[in-house]
Amino acid sequence: MLEIENVSRVFAERKGMFGTSPGVRALHEVSLSVRKGESFGLVGESGSGKTTLTRQILRLDTPTSGRILFEGEDMARLSPAALRALRAKVQIVFQDPYASLNPRMSVHDIVTEPMLIHRGILGLNRQQRTDRAAELLDLVGLGPQHLYRHPHEFSGGQRQRICIARALAPGPSLVLLDEPTSALDVSVQAQVLNLLIELQQRLGLTYFFISHDLGVIRYLCDRVALIYRGEIKEQGETQRLFDAPESDYTRSLLAAMPPDVRRVAGR
Amino acid sequence: MTDVPQDSRRSARAEASRRAFYRFRQSRLSMVGATMVAVVVFFTLFGNLLAPYPEHVRGGLNTAERFQAPSLAHPFGTNELGQDVLSLVMAGTPVSVAAGFAVVLIGTVLGVVVGALAGFNGGWIDDVLMRFSDLMLTIPSLILAMAVAAALGPGFVNMIIAIALSWWPGYARLVRGEVLQAREEVYVAAARAIGASPARVLFRHILPNIVSPIIVKMSLDMGFAILTVAALGFIGIGVRPPTPEWGTLLSIARNYMPDFWWTAVFPGMAMFLAVFGFNLLGDGLRDVLDPRARR
Repeated sequence: MLEIENVSRVFAERKGMFGTSPGVRALHEVSLSVRKGESFGLVGESGSGKTTLTRQILRLDTPTSGRILFEGEDMARLSPAALRALRAKVQIVFQDPYASLNPRMSVHDIVTEPMLIHRGILGLNRQQRTDRAAELLDLVGLGPQHLYRHPHEFSGGQRQRICIARALAPGPSLVLLDEPTSALDVSVQAQVLNLLIELQQRLGLTYFFISHDLGVIRYLCDRVALIYRGEIKEQGETQRLFDAPESDYTRSLLAAMPPDVRRVAGR
Repeated sequence: MTDVPQDSRRSARAEASRRAFYRFRQSRLSMVGATMVAVVVFFTLFGNLLAPYPEHVRGGLNTAERFQAPSLAHPFGTNELGQDVLSLVMAGTPVSVAAGFAVVLIGTVLGVVVGALAGFNGGWIDDVLMRFSDLMLTIPSLILAMAVAAALGPGFVNMIIAIALSWWPGYARLVRGEVLQAREEVYVAAARAIGASPARVLFRHILPNIVSPIIVKMSLDMGFAILTVAALGFIGIGVRPPTPEWGTLLSIARNYMPDFWWTAVFPGMAMFLAVFGFNLLGDGLRDVLDPRARR
């Protein structure tokens, strides 16, 4: 469903008044493939290129080289109209639920906005959009009574549920989850993770799950890739990777895990 | 199929504005400013109707009663033409306030357009627009206004255009800075990720979030705009007599100082109160709407 082929992203060096800042190689020859219906985990430490990679997939940024194919189509070659249509199918939930909701918009406006933008594809009128927004709030466990509240009235976990409802609104098949629980309290993390698992089963979603939390990855993901300084160090089935790591980096990463996380089994 | 309760919409909005109003009321100076502005707005709307000697406002003279000191019949005295100064000051309010407001409004619209285009697009568009507004900033507004008056002739509308032309770069800079900041917000990236067009991102996600500093600057600027309008009247290229305008009144009264002080002091006081009121209101609004900018 999603093929990432030899994608590199280099941020060019900049010549300024006080010398030249060196170029940064954020991604180097990254190749991944995400299969339909699975949860694919991407693990890496801060600054390893995880977020840069999501920006390439969302086409918020353009790779220096390489291709990204979604359902067999090269995203870079799409016309602007086709790209907008594709955006209905690839959605994202960001890490920080406090920053990713427009504080001036009500929950209703936030959740209906993707349906408004993609009304050409979805064909929903105003009333249908409102109804669907209420359904989506129900689906993420919030309830339609919150429809006309504003983001500042919600807790972090509730906001993340709003973000999930927004991501589901245009009916995506692939959802990027950029550390969706790392900004939340531990008790709320589990609730949101379970909600994500439930939604995946109900809606047949494909997840691209980014995290630095190996416990979460192990709990949620079918396959995993490890990224280190912009390069994929290892990828494979979650169980295999945890049981028999091949690269030194994976081994050192697993060794650094607290023992209880290593012991607690996946699903 | 799902019932959406309508009352939660009202309660949430009402609650937010109630809180903002409460914080505003906590500051005595803000309330004083709001009251003064309310008085100014009242006279802007009704000053012409309430003037005790409407014929003087229209240019009528009464030379028998020139330079009368303040009395019950003429609380602010009379001027060199025997006109009631109170009537002139009251009738002058709409002229000054409307001119000041028009200047700020035009300046804001131009500034928001230029600043938003520059900040949102970046690159060479940003460079060209901002260097141009820097250029406009270097031209003193009074000199520009004189040049416009010389080119187009003096008058109310030309004066407003002239001041507004030198007014917008301040807004352009403010808006550009705010847009640059808002553009990097995660919710803007989120909007682009769901496929929002650039126009939608700008109008729906960026501009609504930078309204507060703009409103604050507008209310702080109202006072200065009124002063600038008066200054142009004072040097004789703004509103022409017999239309009563505070700056013009002051300019004429200058010739009769200090013996007939009331002809100058009362228009001056009106100006002072209006400017002071708008400044206090602006400070109060800033504390409520834009707490970051508080010094």
